[in-house]
Amino acid sequence: MTGWQLLKNALPIMGVGMIDIFAVTAVIILTVLFLNYFSNKISK
Amino acid sequence: MDYLDTLKEVVSNTLFWKQVLMWVIGGVLIFLAIKKEMEPTLLLPMGFGAILVNIPNSGAAGVLDRLFEIGIAGHELMPLILFIGIGAMIDFEPLLTNPKLMLFGAAAQFGIFFTLCLASLCGYQLNDAASIAIIGAADGPTSIFVATVLGSNYLPAIMVAAYSYMALVPIIQPPIIKLCTTRKERRIHMEYKGKKVPKLTKILFPIIVTIIVGLVAPDAVALIGFLMFGNLIRECGVLNSLSDTAQKVLANLITIFLGITIASQMKADQFIKLDTIIIIGLGLVAFVVDTFGGVMLAKLMNLFSKTKINPMIGAAGISAFPMSARVVHKMGLEEDNQNFLLMHSIGVNVSGQIASVIAGGLILTLVKGGLF
Repeated sequence: MTGWQLLKNALPIMGVGMIDIFAVTAVIILTVLFLNYFSNKISK
Repeated sequence: MDYLDTLKEVVSNTLFWKQVLMWVIGGVLIFLAIKKEMEPTLLLPMGFGAILVNIPNSGAAGVLDRLFEIGIAGHELMPLILFIGIGAMIDFEPLLTNPKLMLFGAAAQFGIFFTLCLASLCGYQLNDAASIAIIGAADGPTSIFVATVLGSNYLPAIMVAAYSYMALVPIIQPPIIKLCTTRKERRIHMEYKGKKVPKLTKILFPIIVTIIVGLVAPDAVALIGFLMFGNLIRECGVLNSLSDTAQKVLANLITIFLGITIASQMKADQFIKLDTIIIIGLGLVAFVVDTFGGVMLAKLMNLFSKTKINPMIGAAGISAFPMSARVVHKMGLEEDNQNFLLMHSIGVNVSGQIASVIAGGLILTLVKGGLF
């Protein structure tokens, strides 16, 4: 396979990978915010 | 005479001169480790191991090959166990105080995916391109794990590139940061409001992150799991002696073996190739684009945010902990000696550790999964 053909295979991985990484990060951020809120509620 | 004949035969063999070159390379790694104090924990064993395996008919090669089979090739044991120690060393409090810093950790993994495309364009098959790209994770265990699982033929070059660039972060990052930012942006003040993070959050965080990342990227469960297990040992408060052991004895023990075991793959006929130079070049691209990605996200967020972010902290999203955080903090002080960016940059830096593991897992899932 030529470099261009290999690049065509790699480009979707870049797209999906970056979207996924931001999506997972967003979920973790929301989880941490919830954990902080929940933990503060319990300690009160 | 037999001995002289053997010696003549050895010296006239081209491989011998490649092996001599590997002695020089090993010597350079040792010099960088001792004189320049560049990642000595890895570069010194790698340098010495490179000399050991490149002595003609070396008896050490068999022993180191066996260590490699058991510790790395088999089930990637050494990098995973090292991750327990690394997890025990990390304090996620600066991140948990301001969780949106994680976005910069995510953005700073862009270099991995960019380099994946560039390496593919250079003609590397997907598994090798992905293994080369993971140098951009700026994390030794993640790079070893991904490259081994994908069966890359370039593990030694990848390791040398990854650990060398991690040590060179104070040289690589500042020019890129200055190129991407204005003086006014570098002088942006960021106040640190040190909110106390509840202990329950610190205990639940590693457990929940493992579950979330594991559901999205099952191939990353070992990496994220071992990292977070180490962190849980640290944060639970009832295993102080185990935490201490993990941070010091365990981490040091595995590091000793890891460096010298990686060197078992630095045999002259495998290492001295044009590919090695190309891989070292691509690794640099990964680090540069990582830095660019983190800084650019911060600049983008400043367009929409009332409270301005110093874009330099985006560069700390690269997983080279804690060097990258210190570089950003130092650059902040150079611009304004009252601007203390350390707690923000540490928060971003530890988020980069998590993000680099997520990126590694996603790379494995997407490449191995045969999605494309």
